[in-house]
Amino acid sequence: MIRTPLRPLARILSARDRGENPDAIERENLRLRHEAMRDKSRQRAEGRLLVMGLLFFSAFTVVGARMGLLAATDPVEPRAAASGASILAQRADIVDREGRILATNLVTHSLYAQPQSMVEPERAAVELAAIFPDLDAEDLKEDFTGSRKFLWIKKKISPEQMQAVHDIGDPGLLFGPREMRIYPNGALAAHVLGGASFGREGVHSAEVIGTAGVEKTFDGWLRDPGNGGQPLQLSIDLGIQATVEEVLYGGMKLMNAKGATAILMDIHSGEVVAMASLPDFDPNTRPQPALKGDPSDSPLFNRAVQGVYELGSTFKIFAIAQAMDLDLVNPETHIATKSPMIWGKHRIRDFKDYGAELSVTDIIVKSSNIGTARVALMLGAERQKAFLGTLGLLEPTAIEMVEAPTGKPILPRNWPEITTMTVSYGHGLSASPLHLAAAYASVLNGGTKVTPTILKSPMPAPGPRVVSEETSSILRSMLRAVVTRGTASFGEVPGYAVGGKTGSADKPNPQGGYYKDRLIATFASVFPSHDPKYVMIITLDEPSENSGSEPRRTAGWTAVPVGAEIIRRVAPMLGLRPEVEPPAQHGITLVRN
Amino acid sequence: MTEMVFGTMPARVGEPVLPRWWRTIDKWSLSSVLLLFGIGLLLGLAASPPLAEKNGLHPFYYVERQALFGFIALLVMLAVSMMSPSQVRRIGVLGFLVSFVALMGLPFFGTDFGKGAVRWFSLGFGSVQPSEFLKPGFVVLAAWLMAAAQEVNGPPGRIYSFVIALVVVMFLALQPDFGQACLVLFSWGVVYFIGGAPFFLLMVIVGLAVVGGLGAYNASEHFARRIDGFLSAEIDPRTQLGYATNAIQEGGFFGVGVGEGQVKWSLPDAHTDFIIAVAAEEYGLILVLAIIALYSLVVVRSFFRLMRERDPFTRLAGAGLAAAFGVQAMINMGVAVRLLPAKGMTLPFVSYGGSSVIASGIAVGMLLALTRSRPQGQIGDLLIKRGR
Repeated sequence: MIRTPLRPLARILSARDRGENPDAIERENLRLRHEAMRDKSRQRAEGRLLVMGLLFFSAFTVVGARMGLLAATDPVEPRAAASGASILAQRADIVDREGRILATNLVTHSLYAQPQSMVEPERAAVELAAIFPDLDAEDLKEDFTGSRKFLWIKKKISPEQMQAVHDIGDPGLLFGPREMRIYPNGALAAHVLGGASFGREGVHSAEVIGTAGVEKTFDGWLRDPGNGGQPLQLSIDLGIQATVEEVLYGGMKLMNAKGATAILMDIHSGEVVAMASLPDFDPNTRPQPALKGDPSDSPLFNRAVQGVYELGSTFKIFAIAQAMDLDLVNPETHIATKSPMIWGKHRIRDFKDYGAELSVTDIIVKSSNIGTARVALMLGAERQKAFLGTLGLLEPTAIEMVEAPTGKPILPRNWPEITTMTVSYGHGLSASPLHLAAAYASVLNGGTKVTPTILKSPMPAPGPRVVSEETSSILRSMLRAVVTRGTASFGEVPGYAVGGKTGSADKPNPQGGYYKDRLIATFASVFPSHDPKYVMIITLDEPSENSGSEPRRTAGWTAVPVGAEIIRRVAPMLGLRPEVEPPAQHGITLVRN
Repeated sequence: MTEMVFGTMPARVGEPVLPRWWRTIDKWSLSSVLLLFGIGLLLGLAASPPLAEKNGLHPFYYVERQALFGFIALLVMLAVSMMSPSQVRRIGVLGFLVSFVALMGLPFFGTDFGKGAVRWFSLGFGSVQPSEFLKPGFVVLAAWLMAAAQEVNGPPGRIYSFVIALVVVMFLALQPDFGQACLVLFSWGVVYFIGGAPFFLLMVIVGLAVVGGLGAYNASEHFARRIDGFLSAEIDPRTQLGYATNAIQEGGFFGVGVGEGQVKWSLPDAHTDFIIAVAAEEYGLILVLAIIALYSLVVVRSFFRLMRERDPFTRLAGAGLAAAFGVQAMINMGVAVRLLPAKGMTLPFVSYGGSSVIASGIAVGMLLALTRSRPQGQIGDLLIKRGR
């Protein structure tokens, strides 16, 4: 940029020569520069004013055009825009394995009030209280005449109630459409389904969220619109579940038990076909959790998944299975069973003295603690622990229910030899009935690991091997023998070749030690034992069978008859034909009777 | 004799005030403003009875008040429009100082009328909103500073005016009154733009505004909800916007008829922020277009007249005042037709409001004074340029 000097030297010098004031020249130049600058800024401003003028003109034109456009459109009947559309009310159904509905939605209405548009708040309050007896007219009156602009009155109302509220005729009483969760089968499979409640609520819709069970586990899936309304299919069979619950309830009452649980599981796929826990509840009106008392006595408590118990002699087959698999024993190996067995300061006793020695088969058949303990000693703590771990007995089950992680097995803090022995007959280690079902399925189905699932699933690939096929077959023969000539003789169901093992464990006293007269009686069964299809676990809490001269509490007298009755009722529904058992053909022969 | 004793009578130089005023004023703009005021009274007759009824006053209470305040406002406007640019500058700057002090006093002496924002002084018979009077004063001050900055060796007026703008915006944001704050910032921007803002800087400012808007959208849930509500095609018919839209549609081209409108009964702000909806419903698109045309006439004519203006202060102040006037009207109407997100802003002269209409009178009076035809040195130009 070329700068013109304000005091050009040539002009200054000549002015000085002429005797003029050179400052006049500077002032003149300054004025000229200022004028030039002003002219420039005026021209620029002219352009920009023109731009502004055009901008404003076009903006006003746009507003006018938009007005014209709006005026030209026909007014439509005001329609509630879905301002609550962000709350998605659709929730997929839950169906059983045959597609029968377990949980679905029902269109209903919620009732709310906008007191500022009410005509006769006092009358409305009184009439509302007449329709809904649980509402208090005085409270309503206070709410309606106070400064509140909005209040919910009822979350769900029936059509009759809605009509009655309509008949009050007050414009300030309004209805919001709702979808409510309904369980048409009532309390059936209550613990599996869990329940649902309202989450975020708007006038136009409310969110339904799962509170327990599969409703909570699959909450995201059920609400995902991407699934296109496809239902969630469980492995539960509605009819079988109903039968199991009915018989189990009867059995629980007959045996004077305070609680009971039953699990019926497909032995190969791990699908839970029926799972019941008594006492139960109705998920349509899911009760609040009790604030006092033992939570494990609450109807909300899922004994099958959450309840961890010492399951007693049912554990014996795990030690025997491992020992046979490792070729430490065979069914005919004789083990010393002299009672009592003294180990350090501990004494191990059998239910009664079974003589000097018993074969391994007879240890299971007669349920000898001492025999099992000696077999466990052959295994040692490390191998025993590893095997139980393989069967999934040392960690929570993987079933798809929110309650599963709370059913964490209680393990002995350290694992000395005496623990090895007690764990082998089911004391000192607590696990849930579902754990037991999965472990039984694993060792009895031919020896591949089973993971329990509540979803109907296509036949999964067999899991990793836990015992050999031969061991598995021998175990089933032993369990069959328990029913034909052992402790579970009430478990015989003609035509279904039931095999099973009883377990009667004294309940631990919270104050320390064990109760003498309170048991957890368990019957773990498999049927048919020559061609295994299902395992079933029945557990009764504190049963007592009082028909004899003294109360009988052991599993053989309590849980086994209940289990047998369930199998008798359920096996035909499962599509099993009663058949004549083929004679035992394996290397072992069970000829003694 | 008398002349010999007391000297000659002072001769009148130039023509008398009123004829000169009448000759030089922009008669189109003046008539537009008067028409707008008339329309405001007409719409007030329709829109304010529901409010009067609600407050237990006789139906035309607010119309009478508006007529009274409007009459005062018109007198003020005419008086101000007779001033010379330097007088306008003087009262503008003084007005700015007074109203700025009043603005600072708001947190101590102000009242919020239960609306959550402390914006008013309650004077018993009425209320005054200092920010309404601050706006024209601020525009004049900013124009003065910027014009001074254009002189050789002048003060750094752009920076000064920008700092003052920020301080004012801060006080307005404290109330909070973001609408007025935006308006103040916008009119400063217009003055700066006309005063020769570099183009690069303008681009940067636009970029910053976009980034800031996106940031606010992501950071503030309240802001995001407002924008989403604005962008969504559906509108909830129970919001003010829903009622307004419905009213415009009901009105159609010729309206449902005088006094037949329904929207004024549902809209709490029918007599102020949504008066255009009342106009659209009762008188139809015709009146709305007339109103838009009147506003646009005032604004666009002012800009075009200012293009000929040589005095930098007059040009800048006039442009700022015209822009503030036009934008306020545009925002009000843009909200009603959902071109802009909801923002409470009155329609100058048409909406009800005592202090607002007087402040509008002052602002438009200044605008009229600045857009009067004046000798612009055309003859001098001819002589000098020819001479060179």
